[in-house]
Amino acid sequence: MTDQSAYNFAYLDEQTKRMIRRAILKGVAIPGYQVPFASREMPMPYGWGTGGVQVTAACLVPEDRLKVIDQGADDTTNAVSIRRFFQRTAGVAVTEVTAEATVIQTRHRIPETPLTEGQILVYQVPIPEPLRFLEPRETETRKMHELEDYGLMHVKLYEDISRHGQIATAYDYPVKVEGRYVMDPSPIPKFDNPKLGGNAAIQLFGAGREQRIYALPPYSEAISLDFDDYPFAASKADHACDLCAAPDSYLDEVITDDQGSRMFVCSDTDFCASRRKAGHVGPMGTPMVGG
Amino acid sequence: MDTSIWAKMKTQPLLSVRDLSKFYGGRIGCAEVNFDLFPGEVLGIVGESGSGKSTLLSCLAGHLAPDRGEVIFATSEGPRDTVLMAEAARRRLARTDWAYVHQNPRDGLRMGVSAGGNVGERLMAVGARHYGQIREAAVDWLGRVEIAADRVDDRPSAFSGGMQQRLQIARNLVTGPRLVFMDEPTGGLDVSVQARLLDLLRGLVREMGLSAIIVTHDLAVVRLLADRLMVMKGGYVVEQGLTDQVLDDPQHEYTQLLVSSVLQV
Repeated sequence: MTDQSAYNFAYLDEQTKRMIRRAILKGVAIPGYQVPFASREMPMPYGWGTGGVQVTAACLVPEDRLKVIDQGADDTTNAVSIRRFFQRTAGVAVTEVTAEATVIQTRHRIPETPLTEGQILVYQVPIPEPLRFLEPRETETRKMHELEDYGLMHVKLYEDISRHGQIATAYDYPVKVEGRYVMDPSPIPKFDNPKLGGNAAIQLFGAGREQRIYALPPYSEAISLDFDDYPFAASKADHACDLCAAPDSYLDEVITDDQGSRMFVCSDTDFCASRRKAGHVGPMGTPMVGG
Repeated sequence: MDTSIWAKMKTQPLLSVRDLSKFYGGRIGCAEVNFDLFPGEVLGIVGESGSGKSTLLSCLAGHLAPDRGEVIFATSEGPRDTVLMAEAARRRLARTDWAYVHQNPRDGLRMGVSAGGNVGERLMAVGARHYGQIREAAVDWLGRVEIAADRVDDRPSAFSGGMQQRLQIARNLVTGPRLVFMDEPTGGLDVSVQARLLDLLRGLVREMGLSAIIVTHDLAVVRLLADRLMVMKGGYVVEQGLTDQVLDDPQHEYTQLLVSSVLQV
């Protein structure tokens, strides 16, 4: 193991953290507004959560307990590497249990277990601009946010319905925050959208390559855009978890052989494991010896 | 009942332009332009390339900020100078009371969005949130500009040039604007398509009682559409009056040149 004493706590230097905290405070003060910040080079490639890592680094204190999830799972490459990164550079405690964590960095999911006051949820955001695919000019999208000119957002949903007969946007589903800014919730499934609004935790969004930070303060309003005759509906696979029998959690579909057999499992591994420990067993699961 | 143009004159002008000037550094874009446009009136602006017609139109529509002068539009809350207006209010006008038809339909359309989405965008921008009604309005407007209803889900890139231009017109007129700016609406189209488009435009303008300002270098277009005509040269308005009067009895030497250089077939 190399000498870690040359590094500042949580990798970033204090001036950088100060700059990021200022951006976070501004983001919290103006919910949904994308605050530009001077994103740093991080020791991982863009697209692997450089924005989220910087926000987490700026929020961490030595007493924190960190949880990192990727698509809901604690044990995938992205989650493991970021968790180890902060174990090494900050020496903070880590956990896989949602309720025990004080800071949770996430990619593409909100944990199933309801979050509580005092927790911070940090999202990794690839493209922070909800209008980007319809309006490529940054100057124009900024002006549209400034003037609350959001008709274009519904054009996207209109196109969905005209092409697919329903709103086919299943993730990255735009929300209007506190009646003002339209916000991209990062690519979480739209199943998670109802958890954005009224959440007790602070939700922070960091986009490293795009150099933007935005935030949802606790208990803020976030309404998913829709049409009167095609209302928003949070969707999931019409199935129960095959391991823990949970009927209401977001499921991953896993192909199990070349004959097309498949199983549905909770994408939130901590949620699934805790249910199995509590004695719930799905059709393809085996009882877990309680820990 | 007096239905002559003099009756119109008694009503408030829809748009009053006073001493409008725009300079590009030391060069003149357009200078000292004055005119009134009354409800239901169509004004043609003709002139050679570089005479300042497009600059003038952009200043009127709020795309360019003029250096001097006033553009007073009769909004629903009374006459307002659109030059001094906040950007948000000007954009609201641009979405509701105004329409802007670009010469190249690619500038005025979203090429990656279906025809129905293009027509519906302005409706959604002013708050329409009912998919069925938006689609109904889109299909209705496609019909009015002679595009078959089964093309509603096709992208404009699958349309011919004439259809794209008609789609752009539908997209602009769907919110029932009162004033339409058109920058060479028939430029780049072949003659027979031009004729159909002009016919369509004339019908829509009359039927909806629109006021319009049409910039063109094609005298046939203004002869057909415009009630009044302004001739520009070097950034200045050199002659203005009723269209037939200006074209049949041109007074300024440039207008005489312009009228006499039209090719007769």
